[in-house]
Amino acid sequence: MIDVKDLVVSYGTATALDHLTLTVGRGEMVALLGPNGAGKSTLANTLAGLLKPTSGTVRSDGRVALIPEGRQLFPDLSVADNLALGGWRSGQRDPSLVYDLLPRLAELAGRRAGVLSGGEQQMVAFGRAMMSRPDVLVVDELSLGLAPTVTADLAAHLTALNSEQGLTVLLIEQNARLAFELCRRAYVLESGRLVTEGECAVLADDPRVASAYLGGAIT
Amino acid sequence: MSAFLTYLLNGLAVGCAIALIASGLVAIHRVTGVVNFAQGTFAVVAGLCTSSLLGLGFPHGLSELAAVLAAAVAGLLTGLAAIGKRGTTPLSALIVTLGVGVLAYAVEIVLWGDQPRSAPGLAGSMIVAGARIQTQHLLVIGVTTATFVLLALFFGRTYLGKALTACASNPYAARVVGIDVRKMGLLAFALGGLLGGIAGVLVTPLRPISFDTDVTLIVNGFAAAVFGALTRPVVTLIGALLLGVAETMAAGYGYGSHQLEVALGLMLVVMIVQAGRRSVISLEST
Repeated sequence: MIDVKDLVVSYGTATALDHLTLTVGRGEMVALLGPNGAGKSTLANTLAGLLKPTSGTVRSDGRVALIPEGRQLFPDLSVADNLALGGWRSGQRDPSLVYDLLPRLAELAGRRAGVLSGGEQQMVAFGRAMMSRPDVLVVDELSLGLAPTVTADLAAHLTALNSEQGLTVLLIEQNARLAFELCRRAYVLESGRLVTEGECAVLADDPRVASAYLGGAIT
Repeated sequence: MSAFLTYLLNGLAVGCAIALIASGLVAIHRVTGVVNFAQGTFAVVAGLCTSSLLGLGFPHGLSELAAVLAAAVAGLLTGLAAIGKRGTTPLSALIVTLGVGVLAYAVEIVLWGDQPRSAPGLAGSMIVAGARIQTQHLLVIGVTTATFVLLALFFGRTYLGKALTACASNPYAARVVGIDVRKMGLLAFALGGLLGGIAGVLVTPLRPISFDTDVTLIVNGFAAAVFGALTRPVVTLIGALLLGVAETMAAGYGYGSHQLEVALGLMLVVMIVQAGRRSVISLEST
């Protein structure tokens, strides 16, 4: 479960998140949409404990893992080492469970992470996050820079973890189509403020949502 | 020919000591981004501690071990001063390390006075391929080799070593997986102190150490570390060995007092070449 109330996060005098309130229920998969600079990654980093709120509260059930935007692997280390370091918090260094989930990673175990394709790197980032045995997974831009087939494959794994293991997921995306396919509910963020929220089926028909992804403001 | 071999072997020993100082600089810079100008101080602390402990009657081995640990503690304290406060920039931390070096002068003069001190090492010499080499020089080469092997195993095989590499490789990602990058930085400072300390106890029997010997040590160490772009341990080791041999050759065939000038000259050339390469890389990437 994620419970964010009246959250303000500032960088000096610039306010990145402005009195944001949102909830993700236990075992739910919810999307967070918004254009560049909306504050999505700031929220992801705050949920992961990397940024401190200026005011407001952030609560979550259990361990939170983050798949950061741009994968953010350790390029000089092997895939196996990247995965093992993913278990730093949990003390879990044996990647066999992740290999069961993503068998391709077992084949890549000895390769340097920096030389892998974008899709393979995203898979490593996914596996690394799962090494911490999270209760809540925050995914920052799953589809960024990936081919649709690769994205679909990763999305299938994410959906399976959510539906079969009850993993709570906050999916931060610019790809509204993908987000609406995977999630039942979504929040839309712009300039650090929540501008709309609701069922994805309803939001998909809202012309204002489409306009936000073309760079226009929601009025 | 035997004179050349003697200078070469002695130069390799000098290069090994430089490599230990330089690898400490690299270890700290890779993890924290800080150029630690107090690195030579760790060697001085260890050298002076060894001299005192042996003078007090403590046995060899124990004295050197205690001195190296004292240097590691000095490294940790320097780290606390330099990066202990969250949000300290590498440039501010660099200034702090300079301040620590100056403060260390005062502490060392109070504790040990301002006169150079030495310590007995391995006596005697050996003939290697027709060249005479001091046994202490062989010890320096052997200990440095063992230290670099252990460092490679630590960084390549252990979880903690990989976590340090992760912090150097991508500090943000390290934080994402829960690694405390500041604590790892402090560990790197302690490791830097340890490496400087090993250099100090090895060098003290070869040349007297005083409070201000750190200047010579840091100039040499920095020259080698710059050769490895402050990030590449193996290139740094090669740079240190080249520098040690060049200095010893300069002293053997020229004047001993020109050793520091050789280090400074080489450092200047390397920095100019690397600055040029960086400019080309920046132009190509724009």
